Amino acid sequence: MGLINKVKLNFSSMFKRIFNKKKARIGIYGPPNAGKTTLANRIIRDWTGDAMGAVSSVPHETRRARRREGVTIESNGSKVSLDIVDTPGLATKVDFHEFMAHGLEEEEAKRRAKEATEGIIEAVKWLDDLDGVILVMDSTEDPFTQVNVTVIGNMEARKLPLLIAANKIDLPESSPARIRTAFPQHTLIPVSALDGQNIDSLYEEIAQHFG
Amino acid sequence: MDMISEDKLERMTPMEKVRMILDGVKNGKILVLEKGLTPKEEAKLIEMTMTEITPDDFSGIEIESYPTKSNQKLLDKLFRKPVIRTRLTVIGPANQLKTLRKDKDFISAIVSSQ
Repeated sequence: MGLINKVKLNFSSMFKRIFNKKKARIGIYGPPNAGKTTLANRIIRDWTGDAMGAVSSVPHETRRARRREGVTIESNGSKVSLDIVDTPGLATKVDFHEFMAHGLEEEEAKRRAKEATEGIIEAVKWLDDLDGVILVMDSTEDPFTQVNVTVIGNMEARKLPLLIAANKIDLPESSPARIRTAFPQHTLIPVSALDGQNIDSLYEEIAQHFG
Repeated sequence: MDMISEDKLERMTPMEKVRMILDGVKNGKILVLEKGLTPKEEAKLIEMTMTEITPDDFSGIEIESYPTKSNQKLLDKLFRKPVIRTRLTVIGPANQLKTLRKDKDFISAIVSSQ
């Protein structure tokens, strides 16, 4: 990219900052079963009264990205209108035997595995069309997964805003502090998407970060 | 196990790297990259891996790298040029390489034969 184009890009991003863009397309990312769709449902239900999609304990329940336009979030005097994209769980492997362990028949497990791989491709492609990401991590799990490292690396390389939602704080073994230690450079909000614990803090950060 | 030098990786395009990794891993090799992949290359690798998964044959990869570091000089900051320093990365077949523990400066993994 030439010098003139770089300067143009910088001026463009400077203008956006100065005039504080109030509409953004935000992706909800994370590994399978981190609670992405539960969080998307919570946000959309709280601000529009609808829901986004079905949730399940079987991994890769969400196998197609879903977009909900015009979700307006208002918190602490800041207001932002978002297009929210709930993405399929990212992974580097998909083994149909894992679904069979959850009680699915072989044929159904293979079909789900195929759809899951397609969903992951879709989620990766969405990274190019977003203004920011909410990365949902399961705070009962080790945060140093390749998925987390890859999503954070991509957002940092693109210089796009990122919020970490340390989910499942309703569980006794959760440890948002472990995630904070792992990725201290990013804002982290401990939440329970399931019961809504601390969700107002998340809305406050969303309005500030993506507004 | 194949260990790929930083010099070799620097001469390769992102697509060549992804192809080399997938071909190696599908042949049962563990690859150690002296200098890892950029975040965009990692995303491309995940995407390409998904297109090659087949039931009963190839279930994907295990990839372990340390988080990238960003070193920015004043001029880079002025032009908002992201400078990402990638770090050592280990990649292998998902059914043979398993991570036991990982933090920002330490990876412990177990390698098994099929």
